[in-house]
Amino acid sequence: MNYLSDIGSYAIMVREVFKKPTKWPIMRNLILKEIDELIFGSLGIIIFISIFIGGVVAIQTALNLTNPLIPKNLIGFATRQSVILEFAPTFTSIIMAGKVGSYITSSIGTMRVTEQIDALEVMGVNSLNYLVFPKIIAMLFYPFIVAIAMYVGIFGGWIANVLGAHSSSAEFVEGLKLDFISFHVTYSFIKSVVFAFIIATIPSFHGYYMKGGALDVGKASTVAFVWTSVAIIILNFILTQLLLG
Amino acid sequence: MIDIVNLHKSFGDSHVLKGITTSFEKGKTNLIIGQSGSGKTVLMKCLLGLLIPDDGIISYDGRRFAELSGDERRNLRQDMGMVFQGSALFDSMTVEGNVMFPLEMFTNQSRSEMEDRVNFVLKRVNLVDAHKKFPSEISGGMQKRVAIARAIVMKPKYLFCDEPNSGLDPNTAILIDNLIQEITKEYDIITVVNSHDMNSVMEIGEKIIFLKNGVKEWEGTNKEIFRTDNKAITDFVYSSELFKKVRQMYQEEQD
Repeated sequence: MNYLSDIGSYAIMVREVFKKPTKWPIMRNLILKEIDELIFGSLGIIIFISIFIGGVVAIQTALNLTNPLIPKNLIGFATRQSVILEFAPTFTSIIMAGKVGSYITSSIGTMRVTEQIDALEVMGVNSLNYLVFPKIIAMLFYPFIVAIAMYVGIFGGWIANVLGAHSSSAEFVEGLKLDFISFHVTYSFIKSVVFAFIIATIPSFHGYYMKGGALDVGKASTVAFVWTSVAIIILNFILTQLLLG
Repeated sequence: MIDIVNLHKSFGDSHVLKGITTSFEKGKTNLIIGQSGSGKTVLMKCLLGLLIPDDGIISYDGRRFAELSGDERRNLRQDMGMVFQGSALFDSMTVEGNVMFPLEMFTNQSRSEMEDRVNFVLKRVNLVDAHKKFPSEISGGMQKRVAIARAIVMKPKYLFCDEPNSGLDPNTAILIDNLIQEITKEYDIITVVNSHDMNSVMEIGEKIIFLKNGVKEWEGTNKEIFRTDNKAITDFVYSSELFKKVRQMYQEEQD
């Protein structure tokens, strides 16, 4: 029953976020600050992880190609498909749930513990709009990160393939072009927009409604990460079934 | 005037406020005193609309809070200033940013007008060199002054202070008390202070209500508090050795 109650509270929170908007000049600054923090602040780790994951996918595919009848361009093909369909939108979102989600929960949770949210409410500010709306808007730029993760992941696969001499560069590139379906990129971006909303709102919910002290901020961050990941995985399945099934 | 009639608030099985009835007058510093857990903070949160009472009436100059629409409540809240126990300053903003925040949110003043107002209120609370500092870079007493400056920057009609002296040394605590009382007189506002500090009671308690276990046990002024026969309040007031000795000396002088 608690889960149902939490889902209801989450829905009410999301509705409140869009009520009584904060003045635009203030909101604009908040959005720019959040884009800097949530999007540009995550680029480094996403690029770093993407390049290695792309490399690992290429190596593992290559090592499983023991049958000489299977063309070598499959390495590029498998890397492209893995990175575009799953790694870039889903795996990156799990990483973002940890990095960005814990930041959101802890920053809002700390404001709750130190009565800063009460201060906003007493002033007559819609604290949910002030705190959560800029994060949602900033996370709309998340597909930009996913696009970078796609490029860098495939590039990592190409480097690993060429340096490991699993196939030639031309064969890898040929595999990348093989049976390319542009809708797969669209599918990936649709998923990333949905995941962006989840990454912005579930950690906000756990931070905003947390109770207790500093220790509980840490616990709330952990719980937020778990539930954000669960939501991403479930929605990944549903969206895949709806869009590709 | 703020009127409270038969206010009740429970959390689960715990009945925290049990039929509180009182009123807070304009131009006076009204104190809510009582031991920890007596319901002071819950009463103040009900007054601020941060908690919804289970029963009873809270009205601000005749406007019943529970009957106000969302917009009317937000408008009323712009007439309220609040000094939180832990100051509740926005730690991502400078002192100037904190004090300017309500002006930026709710007025259409130009930047220079807002800066003038911020400079005025910071000077009023005796903070002149801290504009560009962050809350983490200033002392607890200075944080309280910034919180007071932020609370009065919009010229509120109602000022609420939740234990404004907690964590401060006695001298700074007296300065903060005096500042609150001066502002109350200067702006002719209704000030409600939560406290369990007897120095505050002595200094600024023009009207005091004493809560015990969620019940209003006593009501009066700082002069009457030392003459009352109410055992609950005398036990509270004279729980400090210092006050016991002062009372003894006073009685010896009277004899």
